[in-house]
Amino acid sequence: MSADDLRPNEDALHPDVQPASDESARGQDGQRLQHAEAASKPIRAPATREPQPRGAKIRGDRPIDQAEAAERFLAAPLHQKAHDERLWDVRKKRDVATQAIPEWEELRELASQIKTHTLSHLDEYLEQFEAAAKANGVHVHWAADGAEHNRIVHGILKDHGAKTLIKSKSMLTEECGFRHYMAANGIDIIETDLGERIQQLDDEEPSHVVMPAVHKTRIDVAEVFARTLGTDPTNDDAHYLAESQRMTTRPHILQADAGMTGCNFAIAETGTVVTCTNEGNADLSGNVPKLQIHSIGIEKLIPRVEHLGVFIRVLARSALGSTITQYTSHFRKPRAGSEMHMVLVDNGRSARLGMEEFWTSLKCIRCGACMNTCPVYRRSGGLSYGATYSGPIGLIIDPTFNKRKYSTLPFSSTMNGSCTNVCPVKINIHEQIFAWRKVLAEEHQIPLLKQGMMKAAGAVLSRPAAYRAAIGTADSALRALPRFAVYNPLNTWGKGREMPETPKQSFHSWYKQNRMKDGAK
Amino acid sequence: MRIGLFVPCYVDAFEPEVGIATLELLERFGLKVEYPYDQTCCGQPMTNTGCHAEAAATEALFVKNFTEFDYVVAPSGSCVHQVREHLTAIPQTDAVKAVRSKTFELVEFLHDVLKIEELPWAEFPHKVAYHNNCNSLRGIHHARPSELNAPFFSKPLDLLKKVRGIEIVDLTRPDECCGFGGTFSVFEPAVSAKMGYDKVGDQARAGADYVVSADSSCLMHQKGCAERLGLPQKFIHIAQVLNGAVA
Amino acid sequence: MTSRETTLAAIRANRPKGDFPLPALPAFAPLVGADLVEEFGERLKRMGGRIEKAGDPDPLAPVRQRLDCANVIASAVPEIMGNRDLAAVAKPADLEDVDVAVVRAAFGIAESGSVLFTERELIVNSVAYLAQHLIVLLDPAEIVDTVQAAYHRPEFADSAYAVLHTGPSATADIEGVLIHGAQGVRSLTVVLLQRKIKAA
Repeated sequence: MSADDLRPNEDALHPDVQPASDESARGQDGQRLQHAEAASKPIRAPATREPQPRGAKIRGDRPIDQAEAAERFLAAPLHQKAHDERLWDVRKKRDVATQAIPEWEELRELASQIKTHTLSHLDEYLEQFEAAAKANGVHVHWAADGAEHNRIVHGILKDHGAKTLIKSKSMLTEECGFRHYMAANGIDIIETDLGERIQQLDDEEPSHVVMPAVHKTRIDVAEVFARTLGTDPTNDDAHYLAESQRMTTRPHILQADAGMTGCNFAIAETGTVVTCTNEGNADLSGNVPKLQIHSIGIEKLIPRVEHLGVFIRVLARSALGSTITQYTSHFRKPRAGSEMHMVLVDNGRSARLGMEEFWTSLKCIRCGACMNTCPVYRRSGGLSYGATYSGPIGLIIDPTFNKRKYSTLPFSSTMNGSCTNVCPVKINIHEQIFAWRKVLAEEHQIPLLKQGMMKAAGAVLSRPAAYRAAIGTADSALRALPRFAVYNPLNTWGKGREMPETPKQSFHSWYKQNRMKDGAK
Repeated sequence: MRIGLFVPCYVDAFEPEVGIATLELLERFGLKVEYPYDQTCCGQPMTNTGCHAEAAATEALFVKNFTEFDYVVAPSGSCVHQVREHLTAIPQTDAVKAVRSKTFELVEFLHDVLKIEELPWAEFPHKVAYHNNCNSLRGIHHARPSELNAPFFSKPLDLLKKVRGIEIVDLTRPDECCGFGGTFSVFEPAVSAKMGYDKVGDQARAGADYVVSADSSCLMHQKGCAERLGLPQKFIHIAQVLNGAVA
Repeated sequence: MTSRETTLAAIRANRPKGDFPLPALPAFAPLVGADLVEEFGERLKRMGGRIEKAGDPDPLAPVRQRLDCANVIASAVPEIMGNRDLAAVAKPADLEDVDVAVVRAAFGIAESGSVLFTERELIVNSVAYLAQHLIVLLDPAEIVDTVQAAYHRPEFADSAYAVLHTGPSATADIEGVLIHGAQGVRSLTVVLLQRKIKAA
């Protein structure tokens, strides 16, 4: 992309968010509603066809080039602008919701402490949860990793002769590559969250933990649905598209052999799995088929029911700026005549618990607030990270799964710290990004060019004479010392920005000339 | 009280006026300010890239240069944040810890240590957008960040309000990062530049004649972005405004 | 070793250093005013739900009005006689043709505008999702002030399934446009009606 392509042409880069026809649902008193993940004002990308930018190129274990994928996202200005505005709007809704609670910061602290307590006693709480669940008549399984999770679920399905499974959104099953595994084993998986369904039909990963298709415009969705569901390709009305999805998904829901949900919170005291959704699709998965399966990351444990009084209050406010999600569902025992399974999945979590600087990332409750506030994420799209978890939380979690493949991600940040401030469980996200950079550099997982530049910079900056020589004469500054700051072999600074002017003299030489005449130091 | 002036490397090289303004401003308050001539950098470019070993010698030099002072003052939030939070590549001797704890960014030094009451020489009759550098804002707590449910405060705005004629304009995203991010600006140039464009666009729409900040690095990036877009606003460090710069 | 043992052993080996006590939960002052019915209704409406007072002289008038154009009515409350017997449903999916379901909430929450159901209120859980519209009877005396207070209710520990509904099924996954009836009910109406007869 040339610099000209990045130039904000007012028409292209700042398309007016079009309020002309406001399609959002209205309330009983005629007021415009903005609950769930709804925008507080219409944020509609212009009805101009612009190919949807796709995510990072995955090449085995080779490091993800997030910057390259982000550049392609930026090259689709209609998508980028709508994405940025939409998520910023959610961030603002979050601010309003949290400002309305005087005890907000205290709630964050409580949520953090409950989580750190639980994680530091996780073995006890898992055993308590298991015992309670078994006493409730639930079948409890343990999976060491994603592959075992998939095998266990496949085994349960085989035992029941189940061929079709409806599921609600679960980042854990994304982590496990569940859909792909089941497809290869002849099991039909139907995602029932609208955003997740869009992504499934388009054969893309979710780009956001709460809003899986937030990177798509309605035109993209219309194209996907026309191709896969046979809808009218020229009709991009959001209501038409959502209704088409409802009508085509419902037969799957009614006929499914099994239902599956993820888990927002697992209560040790009662053996309960709690899910929070806006569509009610977790409740359909859990209440319609005869066989229900809940996949649970082991870090989801909380000790007691009363602790939901903290977490439910912070989750939707952080995620959406809503008081609560439309549905907060507590699954504890199987229904009469049905079978209920819970799969407790480790998949690297117990190992992460032993990482002194990074274990608190296990506190995460997947609200997505860090993504919404992240200025890099909003301008890159979630798929640019090439990983299950994108945005700030992804930067610190993904390398625990694969240090080489995700070695670049902690550098896709300005470390501005906004993520840390919005985190409802007070994960020091930006400090962990900083700490990851150190680990990756020490383990030589950063590019040689970058490390070489830093070594050279360190050599100059630790030797006063060499440093003064580098900046001392008028225009050598741009060539020599600040290679790390303004100039590298690719001149990436100058592509999008003007170079700074070189001053007549450095402060050093000014000081020497004006303040050291008397020989003072 | 002996004050050691730290002029960060990029200010030294590109914005010497900021160093001069800082020195003169501190001297206006009758302080004895010294500039250790052998100073270079705080080590931030290396540590922010994860290269702590490569930063060790630079950090050691920083400590050596500033050990003898009661206060170290620098016109840069990000460098002070580095010294305070991240100068850890060398053994944490008492001398190192002492230097780290007595290093202040200019705004907080004026606001919290000197507790200055007036700036009679300062007049800046312009519309100003204040840029909260992220390290100043969230790292060393210049102001209440917009994410937190806490009473509003802003040390830089407190100081700017003492400048005659100044008019502060509001941005739609008052503390969104401008995209500089140190080495991020060269390793992820497209996103960095886009963040900068959005930031300078916000400033221009707010009608700002000037953008003022406590960090020259963000300003250098924003200036480059604004010039590329042909936007009219100018960029100036808070030290210059407080020192009575005439625009 | 089984995966259970492997995981638990790894957790014990990797236990974070330090003391992390479980904090006591303070009782926060309610964010809502004293009129819980009013507060409940306002918040429910913001979440897309509807609220109706009991009719006069016929307390059930707002319910009947909504049943007028419905073909298939499933009622889980003694006050209303539907035409689909929930007790006789062979499998949950059979309720897919229900136009309107009428259920009673165990209680409501003023802070969030939520109502709670368990399997006792719903009889067949799926009815609350497969029906096109949901009518909820709520005794105005059974509204707790806060979410925190709600989680001290016994239903969460003694029922197989407990669910808080706050308005209807909703999505805004397409460009942030709010749409009711994503997968579940298209509307949720709470009718404030005293509990005269104890539900079975």
